[in-house]
Amino acid sequence: MTGRDALERRLAGRPVGLDDAAARAARRFAEQAAAEGAAEVAYATVETPVGVASVAATPRGVLSVGLPSEAVDEFLGRLAIRFSPRIVEAPGTLDEARRELDEYFSGRRQEFDLPLDWRLVPGGFYRKVLNATSRLPFGNTVTYAEIAARAGNARAHRAAGTALGSNPLPIVVPCHRIIRSGGDPGNYGGGPELKRWLLELEGAFDT
Amino acid sequence: MDSVTPRDPFQRFLDEHRAPVLGFLRAMVGPVDADDCFQETFMAALRNYETLDGANPRAWVMTIARNKAIDHHRARARRAIPKEDLPEVRAPAEPERDPELWAAVAELPDKQRTAVALRFAADLRYREVAAAMETSEEAARRNVHEGLRKLRERVAPEERVA
Repeated sequence: MTGRDALERRLAGRPVGLDDAAARAARRFAEQAAAEGAAEVAYATVETPVGVASVAATPRGVLSVGLPSEAVDEFLGRLAIRFSPRIVEAPGTLDEARRELDEYFSGRRQEFDLPLDWRLVPGGFYRKVLNATSRLPFGNTVTYAEIAARAGNARAHRAAGTALGSNPLPIVVPCHRIIRSGGDPGNYGGGPELKRWLLELEGAFDT
Repeated sequence: MDSVTPRDPFQRFLDEHRAPVLGFLRAMVGPVDADDCFQETFMAALRNYETLDGANPRAWVMTIARNKAIDHHRARARRAIPKEDLPEVRAPAEPERDPELWAAVAELPDKQRTAVALRFAADLRYREVAAAMETSEEAARRNVHEGLRKLRERVAPEERVA
């Protein structure tokens, strides 16, 4: 197409402050959409000593936690596919979850007092394993075999490991407290270094 | 750009389109009411997200924004006291950006004003202007060109030369 003349350039000029005004309007929209439930999922990011974590919630409770090893975009993409694409960033809606996570990561909180939305957890044995895990106290560790036993099947330690590996609520459902029988921390969705860091934070693991 | 599909998180769609939508609505209804129309536009987009046309999301959201602007004008017309026959409800001029120019845009007939706002404030291609106005590309071009012709007569004639 031909070049724009002066009038067209005047019309196309982006007004001063439009981007900021649009960002503000979008934030207001997102909070309202989350509060009304028009958006099925609200998310926010949380700064931690080991990087940026993400947290997502529905009106029922916390749906998923994204560890710093997972980029926020990946976390959201996963939720969009597995749960709903109607996701907005609404830190106001997630005030309490953000505060508790912040306190945990800075060593000022040992237990979470948050409603959880378990809909990303398959039923059956997976759910039993994660339920048993959610009752593990701060600073305590158990083996994969032990958590399998608590979930009702002592021989299913491999299946327990798979269930823990799929935990959509790490930290809040503390799967990092399940370790190998020899005392080695073992695998972790957020990487073995993070698992070690969390256990050290809880005084459960001596370097 | 323009790559968001309904499988993507809505936040990404919002971030990608928020500035052009607000720019367009300011040109259509003025800066004060643009904010309400913005909220309504994205609420409708969220509710109908699964119907998003993946091939042309910008035109899709602008269609919604245009309808919200029309609703807004109608509501305003109903509230207005009919001192005399009102042939058309005018958008208030936009104060922040080139007020003289946008006051003149607000004086254009509806289709021309909408086409000019979509083409320039929302930065759409003619094909997208046509999609957002549910008209042909030919008609979209005609409306933009006719709008520009009138604007050239009315505003700062010395600006005519590039």
